Amino acid sequence: MAENIRLEVVTPEQFVVSEEAQIVVAPGVMGEFGVLPGHTPFLSELKLGTIRYKDAQGVERAVFVSGGFAEALPDKVTVLAESAERRRDIDAERAKIALERAQKRLADAKEDIDYVRARAALERAMQRLKVASTKRAQ
Amino acid sequence: MAKLKEVKLKITAVKKTKQITKAMNMVAASKLRGCQTRMEGFRPYATKFAEVLGSLSERAGEEASPLLVPREEVKKVLIVVCTSDRGLCGGFNTNLVEKARVFAKEKAGQGAEVSYVNFGKKGRDWCRKRGLSIVNEYVGIVGAKFDFSIAMVSGQRLIGAFLEGEYDEVYVIYSKFVSMARQTPLVKQLLPIPPVEKAESVEDAPYLPEHICEPSPAELLSEMLPKNVYVQLYNALLETSTSEHAARMAAMDNATKACNDMIGSLTLAYNKARQSTITAELMDIVGGAEALKG
Repeated sequence: MAENIRLEVVTPEQFVVSEEAQIVVAPGVMGEFGVLPGHTPFLSELKLGTIRYKDAQGVERAVFVSGGFAEALPDKVTVLAESAERRRDIDAERAKIALERAQKRLADAKEDIDYVRARAALERAMQRLKVASTKRAQ
Repeated sequence: MAKLKEVKLKITAVKKTKQITKAMNMVAASKLRGCQTRMEGFRPYATKFAEVLGSLSERAGEEASPLLVPREEVKKVLIVVCTSDRGLCGGFNTNLVEKARVFAKEKAGQGAEVSYVNFGKKGRDWCRKRGLSIVNEYVGIVGAKFDFSIAMVSGQRLIGAFLEGEYDEVYVIYSKFVSMARQTPLVKQLLPIPPVEKAESVEDAPYLPEHICEPSPAELLSEMLPKNVYVQLYNALLETSTSEHAARMAAMDNATKACNDMIGSLTLAYNKARQSTITAELMDIVGGAEALKG
């Protein structure tokens, strides 16, 4: 059994993460799941949330993902996400503004489609802020 | 004397043109680099995506999603034409448009009604000129900076229209970036999603296809299929952008060379003309001196 698993988070634009990890925890649609080295082949849809992992030195890290797919193999976890951001890359200011905008839109949303989109934007902003805020706690 | 001046002016004009074409060549080169980097950035995602999709669709079967089912009667066809916004890139747009024309003719020959979605001004203008029906147009994307969301937004519309039965088949025409010197126009079927080719999964022999899936393979697949459309679309846009810059680079390189040739032959003409004026003047002077002596 390998000691570490390779974690790769890929978006259409770039590799967001490509490093060794001791454990990876990802937000599956049917519940969060953790992957340790030697995991059985596993495929899951991801919902909006945070991927947490411990890197080779045991430092906990977090990556925001806006949904996508994760594939776990015994020595590798690949995450395909439409967008993903490492904690340090998150623009908290922007997320805050987006949050306020989404809240305002939700408050006076009339059409359904607006509601759905605003709701999604709200969730994204909240999740981003959540990821960003864990940094300060450390 | 008048002729001398004319030639001189012409030389200056060609030199200025050369400066412009040279600058455009360099701009295209730097944009091309950017595009290539993005294509490389996208490749891991696309490869992995195709891999997972391939293994899933083998297990889930055709009935998993309406996006997979071919329509029995193809009455309405939608063609997504990717061209550039700007010209001065050689035969790039002409080739794409020609491909679209031939393809549309073929489809029309089979009794289908053809409509268009345009990415890029050149294709749009072509459709407008012929009075073809344009469903949607996106300008300012190809060749510029765009991200995955544009592919998602336009892809969602395509899927929506397809599911509502507005179109029975959707194709995309784009330019594949083969090499710096070669860009080939291609037609690709977007919807219904064609079956994944088996050949790809054979290449990845060590790959373990039997995953535990969450939710079921069929559900996962139906989630992934629309994304496949976005991925294809994004890929088409990236390839077209890269091709555009490569084509422009080549065209501008040729133009610069042509300018050099022209400057060469004009300079020759100028020198000859100057020579003959000098000779004529000398003859005059000599003739005058002879006459005075006499």
